[in-house]
Amino acid sequence: MVYLTRKCEFSASHYYHNPEFTEEENRRVFGKCANLNGHGHNYTLEVTVKGAVDPRTGFVVDLKELKEILNREVIDALDHRHLNKEVPEFAKQIPTTENLAIAIWNRLEKQLHIAKLHRVRVYELPDLFVDFYGEA
Amino acid sequence: MKAHLTRRYIFSASHRLHRDELTEEQNRTVYGKCSNPYGHGHNYALEVTVSGQVDPATGMVCNLVELDEAVRREIVDRFDHVNLNILPEFAGEVPTTENLSAIVFEILQQSFTAAHLEKVRLEETAMNSFEYCST
Repeated sequence: MVYLTRKCEFSASHYYHNPEFTEEENRRVFGKCANLNGHGHNYTLEVTVKGAVDPRTGFVVDLKELKEILNREVIDALDHRHLNKEVPEFAKQIPTTENLAIAIWNRLEKQLHIAKLHRVRVYELPDLFVDFYGEA
Repeated sequence: MKAHLTRRYIFSASHRLHRDELTEEQNRTVYGKCSNPYGHGHNYALEVTVSGQVDPATGMVCNLVELDEAVRREIVDRFDHVNLNILPEFAGEVPTTENLSAIVFEILQQSFTAAHLEKVRLEETAMNSFEYCST
């Protein structure tokens, strides 16, 4: 089994707000992130796939295909977007880095027929990242 | 859904790797430059990984402010700008980064209970790092 990781970047804005909370609760739980005017990040995404190395090509996965899927399913959908307003997963869900990693996993897993998805890692900042392994 | 969250922190400390029961030559053989008598220092980068179910109300594994406060209070305030050798945590123990990562893990496991502590990873320099997790 070999693991291959591909990295890409996207920039997006968001805010954290639960309409079932009072304004005070939103401010207490989410702090500055609750500002409804939003703010943004440069996100770094690392997608790790796993599989046996194909003896004919020496590849775990065709990187061109992986890159195309990443561009289509993730970058085109998220880059330079407002996550709360433009990405359907976040119409009701709060676009935390946790939920973003899960949403990216779900988008990729449906489309990634060329290899098995192992991990989605999303950096919101260089000192903060979330890993999702598809665990329930 | 279960997710893993990792946060990175920086602290700086000095240490000397040396055991009194060894001769100077033996210390030099085992620890090399790290046994120089006056010690030396590092900028340590600590990565703390916690895991848990993502709370549907908040979208979070745990509140980051609470994690930051716990790590600052229990780890950074304790180990930043100190000489590790004189701390009670290292009485009778050599302050290698292996031992430091185990101590950091044990302290955080006791003091931060809002999520499951998966792992600590400690970079002593950009070239070497150590990971400790519960068995």
